[in-house]
Amino acid sequence: MEDVKPQLLKVTIDGIEVEVEPGTTILQAARKIGPDVAPPAMCYYQPLKGSGGKCRACLVRVAAGSAKDPRPMPKLVASCLTAVQDGMVVENTTNPQVIDARNGIVEFLLLNHPLDCPVCDQAGECDLQNFAFDHGKVTTRYEEDRRTFEKHDIGPFIQLHMTRCILCYRCVYTADQITEKRVHGVLGRGDASEIGTYIEKAIDNDFSGNVIDVCPVGALTDKTYRFKNRVWFSKPVDAHRDCPTCSGKVTLWYRGEEVIRVTARKNEWNEVTEFICNTCRFETKKTSDWTIEGPTKISRSSVISANKYRADTIKPSFGQRLAAAEYKPIDDERDTSQLTIQQLPPERFAKLPSAMEPEP
Amino acid sequence: MATKILTEHINVPGIETFDVYRKQGGYTAVEKALKTMTPEAIVEEVKKAGVRGRGGAGFPMGMKWSFLAKPEGVPRYLVCNADESEPGTFKDHYLMKHIPHLLIEGMIVSSFALGANKSFIYVRGELMYVIRILEKAIAEAKAKGFLGKNILGTGYDLELVVQPGGGAYICGEETALLESLEGKRGNPRNKPPFPAVKGLYQCPTVVNNVESIATAAWIVNNGGDAYAAIGIGRSTGTKLISASGHINKPGVYEIELGVPVEDFIYADEWCGGIRPGHKFKALVAGGSSVPILPANLALTLANGDKRLMTYESLSDGGFATGTMLGSGGFIVFDETSCIVRNTWNFSRFYHHESCGQCSPCREGTGWMEKVLHRIEYGHGHQQDIDLLVDVAKKIEGNTICPLGDAAAWPVASAIRHFRDEFQWHIDNPSEATQPGAVYRGDMALV
Repeated sequence: MEDVKPQLLKVTIDGIEVEVEPGTTILQAARKIGPDVAPPAMCYYQPLKGSGGKCRACLVRVAAGSAKDPRPMPKLVASCLTAVQDGMVVENTTNPQVIDARNGIVEFLLLNHPLDCPVCDQAGECDLQNFAFDHGKVTTRYEEDRRTFEKHDIGPFIQLHMTRCILCYRCVYTADQITEKRVHGVLGRGDASEIGTYIEKAIDNDFSGNVIDVCPVGALTDKTYRFKNRVWFSKPVDAHRDCPTCSGKVTLWYRGEEVIRVTARKNEWNEVTEFICNTCRFETKKTSDWTIEGPTKISRSSVISANKYRADTIKPSFGQRLAAAEYKPIDDERDTSQLTIQQLPPERFAKLPSAMEPEP
Repeated sequence: MATKILTEHINVPGIETFDVYRKQGGYTAVEKALKTMTPEAIVEEVKKAGVRGRGGAGFPMGMKWSFLAKPEGVPRYLVCNADESEPGTFKDHYLMKHIPHLLIEGMIVSSFALGANKSFIYVRGELMYVIRILEKAIAEAKAKGFLGKNILGTGYDLELVVQPGGGAYICGEETALLESLEGKRGNPRNKPPFPAVKGLYQCPTVVNNVESIATAAWIVNNGGDAYAAIGIGRSTGTKLISASGHINKPGVYEIELGVPVEDFIYADEWCGGIRPGHKFKALVAGGSSVPILPANLALTLANGDKRLMTYESLSDGGFATGTMLGSGGFIVFDETSCIVRNTWNFSRFYHHESCGQCSPCREGTGWMEKVLHRIEYGHGHQQDIDLLVDVAKKIEGNTICPLGDAAAWPVASAIRHFRDEFQWHIDNPSEATQPGAVYRGDMALV
């Protein structure tokens, strides 16, 4: 029998057209184009079923629903949950309303999340830090007390610090989906909600360590690694071992000759595709346990790559380009012809300075 | 005398019992529907009637019914949303308490129309006495053959279940209600898929308000055209209004849609005017989540016409000069009410009731409440007013369910119409924090 290929749907995101299979979400379609137009995601995590729609970081504007019904959608929609339709036109970084909403989301997320990056163990690998860098403001307008919690030990390997939690529910889904019993939960309502302490039971499971990897901020940390090092001083290496429980494919983080941490491998969207077991993660930290495959590919704009590439090879992130585009020269008498960054017309998002164009 | 559809027999002694209700012409709709009509014909009548959802959103009920997916071999459900808990709204529980059989009759007719063989009435957990009344009424109806297997020998089966809720406001949102009904935490679901496609237990489900379902019996008896003849324009039929606040006769009133707001407040038939010696200051027309209006805008449209009690007239001019009919929670304020305190109080409610699932609502509602608390207690700063407007704008429309909007609208509208009062609180903290202190400045009182 002849294979019938499903008809591909055409979707335009920020002026770039892409063809995707039916059922693809806007976020997935944007990721297919590349990191420049991919909306940020704090709660969406592709391998976890049911995740997404909660943080509202990935809101986009649908300027035309489909070719058949080109009416725009009245509200911003969560791109991680909205399936594309043929002829859909999506505005992501080109829409000021979307940028404004995201600025708001950053502010909301940072109301109760302390900006203690210098002492937080997640620094450098923090999705919220990247998101705030791209869309945040320098100051906050929040004057009230932030909520604080005592640190919470979840077994011998994991520590939960709810103070930093942004309630993305990723660890809840992980604990729920990789264990057989329902051992997860969020207690309380509104801004009083917190990750249920019953999650302690997840420690019974061989895969509990994965909640550390999925946490987008520094709320869940690896007690065998906490405060041993800064991530940009370590060298990530892909390795594997013959593991009876999991795939055994991991990233080893070296400081000198010593393996200081083992994590699951993450893709370019910071998502673990193959979860690893606790034995691989916490108990096998000798080089002799592993077969080394080679250096891990790390995004050049990541802080982990700091000092490892020449400065001019680092591609500016969306946030840097946004800042450059929003730069307003001071109105004075000086000769401004030497300025490399010029004030841009309102359609600034569409036309970025040529020096800032993404590399081919 | 105005037409009464729901409350015609409400004062008949013993109407909560099956026999008295039957004597008043009750359950004739069930007989007519099951014996002489097809489900499609009932849906058609409801469509013709043009009845709009009475829970607050005002979505046409017939259209909602026609969206119901009908896959083979999958049960369909009707869920009655009786989780009424918005401040100022108390009409549904009044109806269920006094005339429970009306709802049950409506449930039977509607379930038949939708092809549901098991239907649920989700009642707010605090209303335990209403749940007992409903359960008693269901038992009576079942004993008389109007519920259960083979109703009236027509071959149609229906089981009616009364489910007490956990007492959370968010469980009144239809998808959160379904989650709660399934035994889970009442967090709203992301839409799509809509409940009409994947609702209760992933099966096609219609969720309707008590009042909407109760009207179905009358529509079956009298026809959709007769219902559509009542009311004005697209706002057809009658509506229960729960009137409260500084009026002479607070209570639940059934009005024909189209009554002028002014008449509703001042006529003896309804609210009977503002309490003696006081003046009308502000109005919340449809439960605490809708935008508040100052007296002059509450009574007249921006173009000078009288404002009517209809979906269209109340929302005339968008949120700049209008509001919403909402669930019919009609709250009247006289000049002794402090709008800042009132807004803080509403905000306190939404902060407490936010489920905390999505970040704008979880963090934003608390932020607004804290800022309003600060202003009310004399610690506000000049920039706080604009801050509130901005935070409300950032929440509105960016959340999973409409609770975020419900929290943002009262704050944004109060500042839009009563900015002077907020300013006065910030400028005169020592005066404003005195017990009972209210802004007496340049207010439009009627």
